[in-house]
Amino acid sequence: MRTENQRAWFFVLPVLALVAFNALVPMMTVVNYSVQETFGNNQFFWEGLGWFEQILRSDRFQAALGRQFLFTFLILIIEVPLGIIVALSMPRKGFWVPVCLVLMALPMLIPWNVVGSMWNIFTLPKIGLLGYFLNDVLGINYDMTQQPISAWITVIVMDVWHWTSLVVLLCYAGLVSIPDAYYQAAKIDGASPWSVFRYIQLPKMKTVLTIAVLLRFMDSFNIYTEPFVLTGGGPGNSTTLLSIDLVKIALGQFDLGPAAAMSLIYFAITLLVSWVFYTLMTKDDAQ
Amino acid sequence: MKKRSLIPILYIAFLMLPIYWLVAMSFKTTNEILSGFSLFPQTFTLENYVTIFTDPTWYWGYINSIIYVTLNTVLSVCVALPAAYAFSRYRFLGDKQLFFWLLTNRMAPAAVFALPFFQLYSSIGLFDTYLAVALAHTLFNVPLAVWILEGFMRGIPKELDETAYVDGYSFPRFFVTIFLPNIKAGVGVAAFFCFMFSWVEMLLAKTLTAVEAKPIAAVMTRTASSAGYELGLLAAAGTLTIIPGAIVIWFVRNYIARGFAMGRV
Repeated sequence: MRTENQRAWFFVLPVLALVAFNALVPMMTVVNYSVQETFGNNQFFWEGLGWFEQILRSDRFQAALGRQFLFTFLILIIEVPLGIIVALSMPRKGFWVPVCLVLMALPMLIPWNVVGSMWNIFTLPKIGLLGYFLNDVLGINYDMTQQPISAWITVIVMDVWHWTSLVVLLCYAGLVSIPDAYYQAAKIDGASPWSVFRYIQLPKMKTVLTIAVLLRFMDSFNIYTEPFVLTGGGPGNSTTLLSIDLVKIALGQFDLGPAAAMSLIYFAITLLVSWVFYTLMTKDDAQ
Repeated sequence: MKKRSLIPILYIAFLMLPIYWLVAMSFKTTNEILSGFSLFPQTFTLENYVTIFTDPTWYWGYINSIIYVTLNTVLSVCVALPAAYAFSRYRFLGDKQLFFWLLTNRMAPAAVFALPFFQLYSSIGLFDTYLAVALAHTLFNVPLAVWILEGFMRGIPKELDETAYVDGYSFPRFFVTIFLPNIKAGVGVAAFFCFMFSWVEMLLAKTLTAVEAKPIAAVMTRTASSAGYELGLLAAAGTLTIIPGAIVIWFVRNYIARGFAMGRV
């Protein structure tokens, strides 16, 4: 059991100082911009909550938010079940286990801009392996730069390729911690594979699965580099996710006020959903 | 049993395909790439790699990236160790809130912070230094390191601390000689994750640097746009960015499964 000790704060102080410097100062800058209007020359005018109202009402923001939720929803419903299936069918011990784990973790260690370039090269219509195969061998009309549907499928498949392994590795960690005795007991009771999954494996994976869903939600909601390098948000605006739109407004058009207001709304949404996951997770820990 | 192992094999094949294509492209000449489709390099060339290893702007990109990533890993793990100890051993005023606040920084979109970070680090004169990128990356790595280390430390029984005090160990001596060796795996895993997220993050790294500390990603984008569309060179540069990650992951392969569970299984 943990003991009450206020001096523990001293241990936390370095982390606190570092993260406060990195988080609070930029956050205050953003808050500062979000309530002001600027015409350059470092002149600022009080704007109040005007930008927030404008952003929340704008079709552009709502469309980007809609695409963002659709993207996150799609990758979650693909990656989580796929990750569980792969983890369940992995061998528990033996020579191949570390090899499998290393190969699976490899996509996660590739810089995000390289992931984008790699998928770009992979899907080029006449030159890329996938682009050539789909267009010239299967005869499917596939061109990421022209068709929104192709672009969406490519972005989704790229994310599945990039991050499903996180779910696999987390679930696998949960699975290997199940003692053999549980399986033997299930065998004696004549349990079906489904009930082994439902009553032994799934409960054991519950904590790690929550971590997986939480991490995947946060990271996919904040995704920027990979789709930006791959599609640049196009064709048109079809794959312009929230971060891409935000950077366009902030650094492209230099509309600091609206961009800051949008940042705060964006952050608040991420925070709210993550908080729901976090409370669910710690509730499980307490039991 | 045979049928079951088909799923991981297919899955790994799916993961390896784009990587294979990148590597294959890196050994092709620009002419071959543009002239059409070929599954294997027809005229095998090392020209793209030679360009990278002889041009200082290219290879300094890699060195720069490795320097700030290492700096960030050391920094993150060092400050996270005492904090994780406090969270795993003591209850104190606001501990839960503080822990959640730390995690919220993991949730902040990097795009939100790009511009304010640029202004902050410019104003304190750290713009375009390794330290700026290393410090900026602690924003998401420190919370993660605290989270992972706390999970591992919670698995060490409190009796260990108490026995050490009874034996007359001072706290620093206990921490370094007894406690740290016990959570070796945790430190390795935390360091691995810090390395990984600092290595793959490019938006902040690009925003905070110009010339001196320019990361490999910036070199890649500038080359892609300035020298036309040199796919072979781009593919070779991409292939080389996979190698450091592959080396690091090989070292932690035995802890990786547990590490991904943040020590919580």
